[in-house]
Amino acid sequence: MLSLVSANASYQDRIVLADITLHIPAGQKVALIGRSGAGKTTLLKLLYEQRPKEIALVPQDYGLVSSLSLFHNVYMGQLGRQPTWYNLLNLIKPLKKPVAEVRAVLKQVQLNDKCFEPIAQLSGGQQQRAAIARALMQDGSICCADEPVSSLDEQQSMLVLKVLCQRFETVVLAMHDIDLALKYCDRIVGLNGGRITLDAPTKKMSRFDLLEIYGE
Amino acid sequence: MANNNAPYHRSPRWTVSWIFIAVAIACVPFADLSITTYDPWAELSRLFGGLLQPSLVAVEKPFVALLQTLAFALLGVTAGSVIGFGLAQLFHLRGVRIVCACIRAVHELFWALIFLQIFGLHPLTGLLAIGLPYAATFAKVYAEILEEGDRRSYDLVRQRAGPISAFFYARLPDLWQHFVTYTGYRLECGLRSSAVLGFVGLPTLGYYLSTAFLEGAYSEVWALLILFYLVIASLRYWLRPKLLPIYLLGAPFVIANDSEIAVENITRFFTEDIVPLPLRNAEGLPGLWHWFADLFVTEALPGIVSTLLLTQLALILTGVIAMLWFPLISTLFFNRFGRLFGHLFLVIMRSTPEYILAFILLTLWGPSMLPAVIALSLHNGAIIAHLMGRHSDTLALRVDAITGINRYSYEVVPRLYNQFLAFLFYRWEIIQRETAILGILGITTLGFYIDSAIQDIRLDRAMVLIAITAALNVGIDALSGSIRSRLRLSSEPQQIDADSTGR
Repeated sequence: MLSLVSANASYQDRIVLADITLHIPAGQKVALIGRSGAGKTTLLKLLYEQRPKEIALVPQDYGLVSSLSLFHNVYMGQLGRQPTWYNLLNLIKPLKKPVAEVRAVLKQVQLNDKCFEPIAQLSGGQQQRAAIARALMQDGSICCADEPVSSLDEQQSMLVLKVLCQRFETVVLAMHDIDLALKYCDRIVGLNGGRITLDAPTKKMSRFDLLEIYGE
Repeated sequence: MANNNAPYHRSPRWTVSWIFIAVAIACVPFADLSITTYDPWAELSRLFGGLLQPSLVAVEKPFVALLQTLAFALLGVTAGSVIGFGLAQLFHLRGVRIVCACIRAVHELFWALIFLQIFGLHPLTGLLAIGLPYAATFAKVYAEILEEGDRRSYDLVRQRAGPISAFFYARLPDLWQHFVTYTGYRLECGLRSSAVLGFVGLPTLGYYLSTAFLEGAYSEVWALLILFYLVIASLRYWLRPKLLPIYLLGAPFVIANDSEIAVENITRFFTEDIVPLPLRNAEGLPGLWHWFADLFVTEALPGIVSTLLLTQLALILTGVIAMLWFPLISTLFFNRFGRLFGHLFLVIMRSTPEYILAFILLTLWGPSMLPAVIALSLHNGAIIAHLMGRHSDTLALRVDAITGINRYSYEVVPRLYNQFLAFLFYRWEIIQRETAILGILGITTLGFYIDSAIQDIRLDRAMVLIAITAALNVGIDALSGSIRSRLRLSSEPQQIDADSTGR
């Protein structure tokens, strides 16, 4: 379970988050919604910093190594589980077992055919799915993802969110897309001007209410 | 940056440029710029006459000399880069930074002179003379590359993975090309250093070059130089990563000779030779002070003055030459054919080690500051011109931009000036280091006094003078760094004032 009590955050003199209290029990799928600059990314970061070793993170800028292949980038999700010599060997010559594991994950996000292409040669949407594949490769039961489907089309977005929600018990998603938030999450947390202005189960809400306050 | 309310605002870059020019002009009356040889032009024309008929026949083992030069450079630079890479990981430690700055401040020729005293002509002398200062430089530049690299994916991965795995997966791949490019560039420098080490007795190109030159065998001089240019120009064809292990395995056999390291030499060097004379004679602190004061006033001070004079003159002339030469290789000024000659010319100018250039000019014109200033400026000016020319190709001029001298002065120089100053200030410290070593050739800079002290086997004095030279260099480096940061100079290409140029 992740919790924040009266948390604040500011960059230089600008207050980004004020007095945030939020408890996320295990098993919940939470969507953080709000306009740009509302503090979604910062809130996600605060949550992530609670347990960085157990949470799989999908950062907004993906955090990929552009000169390595897709395979190596996805494999990076399990660096911590393998001994250093094994990692270095696999860097020079991709080993059979990790290749099979990475391919299995890539299949889930429909990137199987790009396995050994350098990240730099992938499109924006493919890179985003690469970052998600890396998160899927990590162990742990919690995932924090910052705008994980911002560069994907509708069909791919649904696929990715479905995979994330299946793979991880607890999921926190910072999202723009209200329809998707309603579809895949069971709790909506709305942010406005650095404060939580809405926190309710999904079933009680309609698309129209949300659009008025948080839509773009 | 300009203040719109002021009627006319001088930029600080403008002011700094004029201050440096004024300093250089003020130096001229104090600098000895005479030509002392009888009929220097006849000798010069004899030299260029030799160009028409280069000959390798009379050169004793020229290819062996070339192999030696290559082997020392490859081994020295490789050792330096490996050690430097390790040190770069520790570069956040103040102690490491200071030690590296001190090692870097001593020119590889001085290191060679020191190691010659310890190991004699053993190959270790040449290896250490290149490897040690190069390791310190690699440490600094590698640390800068690491510093500027993107850390985001590393920080993310590091939460779970060990430091080594995280480094090799999330840091090194993106930075690899930067490391390779810089190391390749330094190998070219290493080849020049290695060639020059011949001047102090190692069996590299410089040794045969100086012999041929002093005998007036100009055909051989040219043959050796052309051989050297060919090696450097063909660097990218033979220097393949896959071939490197073969070269590195072969190189030790090339440089091996039958001289042995004498342990008593090493002990004597540290326990007697470099211990100041008054301490050896048990004259105590007053004696030491007297000895040092005498050394400082009679040798260090005049050495410092002429080193600085020469440095400032060479710096300004370097700038002038760079400004004049960079259009030669720029797409903005010359067509393909013209640029080809420009490239050839600049490659020759920057590949000729300044020490060899100075040696040639000095022999032709006699020992004064003139040949040294010209040698330093030609070499360093060509290097900066090359960098500026390349950057000028990245400038996007508007389609209807003027041409010729107007384009040069209105469109190009204003845009490149920032980088030009950055390059020049980077070279300042290098020029000063080179100025000091030119003393070995007979110009009365610090190197002259250091070389004389070594000739007289007064190594204690030599070590003090080398330390003073290093301190001077560290001082210039710091000054240059503070000017660069104050003027916010960056060597990265940039489009300044993009709005006012109508892009």
